[in-house]
Amino acid sequence: MNITEKILAKASGKNTVQPGEIVDANVDMVMVHDLTGPLAVEAFKKIGTEKVWDNQKVVVILDHQVPAESIKAAELHKTMRQFAKDRKLRIYDVGRGGICHQVMPEKGHVVPGTVIVGADSHTCTYGAFGAFATGIGSTEAAAVFATGKIWLKVPEAIKINVNGKFGEYVTAKDLILNIIGKLGVDGAIYKSAEFTGQTISEMSIAGRMTVCNMAVEMGAKNGIVEPDETTRKFLQDRVKTLPDFAALKSDKDAAYEQTVEFNVAELEPQVACPSSVDNVKPVSEVGNVPIEQAFIGSCTNGRIEDLRLAAQILKGEKVKDGVRALVIPASVEVYKQALAEGLIEIFTEAGAVVCGSACGPCLGGHIGLLAAGETCVSTSNRNFIGRMGSTEASVYLASPATVAASAVTGKITDLRTLEAP
Amino acid sequence: MTVLGPAMKFGNNIDTDVILPGKYLVLVDPYELAKHALEGLDPNFPDKAKKGVIIIGGKNFGCGSSREQAPLALKYAGVKCVIAESFARIFFRNAINIGLAVIEQKGISAAVDDGDKVTVDFEAGTIQNVSKGRSFQVVKLPPFILEILADGGLIENLRRRMNKK
Repeated sequence: MNITEKILAKASGKNTVQPGEIVDANVDMVMVHDLTGPLAVEAFKKIGTEKVWDNQKVVVILDHQVPAESIKAAELHKTMRQFAKDRKLRIYDVGRGGICHQVMPEKGHVVPGTVIVGADSHTCTYGAFGAFATGIGSTEAAAVFATGKIWLKVPEAIKINVNGKFGEYVTAKDLILNIIGKLGVDGAIYKSAEFTGQTISEMSIAGRMTVCNMAVEMGAKNGIVEPDETTRKFLQDRVKTLPDFAALKSDKDAAYEQTVEFNVAELEPQVACPSSVDNVKPVSEVGNVPIEQAFIGSCTNGRIEDLRLAAQILKGEKVKDGVRALVIPASVEVYKQALAEGLIEIFTEAGAVVCGSACGPCLGGHIGLLAAGETCVSTSNRNFIGRMGSTEASVYLASPATVAASAVTGKITDLRTLEAP
Repeated sequence: MTVLGPAMKFGNNIDTDVILPGKYLVLVDPYELAKHALEGLDPNFPDKAKKGVIIIGGKNFGCGSSREQAPLALKYAGVKCVIAESFARIFFRNAINIGLAVIEQKGISAAVDDGDKVTVDFEAGTIQNVSKGRSFQVVKLPPFILEILADGGLIENLRRRMNKK
């Protein structure tokens, strides 16, 4: 079996499972946020039970419309606070957490080998730690609140084997954009995307999170990386007891629907052009694209490593006149670290605005929305029509390095050409 | 369970941001959500759908966000069923969980034109294009999923099953 099959077999009390088999899995952790939680609460109340199945296994994180930007959002937050209070659930409120997918592993809610479901499509991020993690809807989250179980079809798996060393300023984001560009937005639909190879083994947790985060953008049910020493190092002070990682390796004879090979040695920075995440080009082929907004943040690229990279480029530079640059640390922990390292000052001096930890403009619900005809280059994960505001705005997706360089020049920029003598 | 209605066709990769833009996620009343259904592609969609339609989608229908508000908006706008070449998995589950019928059928886009009268019989596992006299045998949904749809959604299904215990 591969790692995903091993986790699903254990969670459903079986010795083995086969792709296509439907299992009733025990859930180890369920997460909802402020935009999916209220519908889940409403559905939960209709079920007619008062208690959740296990209040230690339900986490509520307010991250999308925070701080409340409207009375409607404030009402949703109030609903979630009350629900959490009444059932003694763990809640990360405004200023205490940040983006759900950053907070979950930071606060020790992600354990390798467990089944985690979240009412957010980017729940697949936790595969970076060797957990089986997938997105669900609000009603389904309510059913998990009540029963602690979920039906899952065991997915076929695609093995994505990555080798080679990244060139300077080429990142995990460029890799995952390249993969999605090659496989397509429905290239892994219903399937498990298992990332392996030397590049993944050498990659930081931050990079693995970026890669697994965007697995859903090619339709994958989950993205996953076998846990190793890098995983242990990140989690050891956050999780009480870690499982035996040896049981979380794919067998040598594990079955895969297909294996695809990538090599990053020659990889250029990549850009996903409007309005599909698989409309990916090397930055050198994007052409002259002036921008009005540059966004560095989100569950894809709002980690300390991302901010360090952006700060390295913005240090001593100025954001181009006519461009607004937004920087949003993914969590309070990341924010504090950035503050301690002087990164916030670098961003502010450059003329960027640093906002409180939240999803921000990524989903066009809160701050930093785009007007008709405007263009944003963003480190986030989706460039669909209307994603960040007007249906007549354009969104390009790129790495923190490319976005920071573009903020300085006012157009989408290959950082490596700037540095050339 | 059988549904019947005129077809409205859409292309590949219809994402949940065009089905229900993020700025409306603070709305809780499904009828309010329905006013913005598919606003990203066709602001007049709710008017066109209100008498009841069957959406014919291409590949990867409902990709993107896990927002259940997307199928909710479609259902309350008057969509009776979505037939697509393939679905994004979260949208597929969400639709079933809120009692919006969905079924996958390869080749459906080429076999149906806008306005064709289409019927789906879920128990028999058939899709018929009445206007063109064509029919398809589909891969039937598993019985427990048909049960959820017949009950009107997962919560109703769960209540019924929990009461039985």
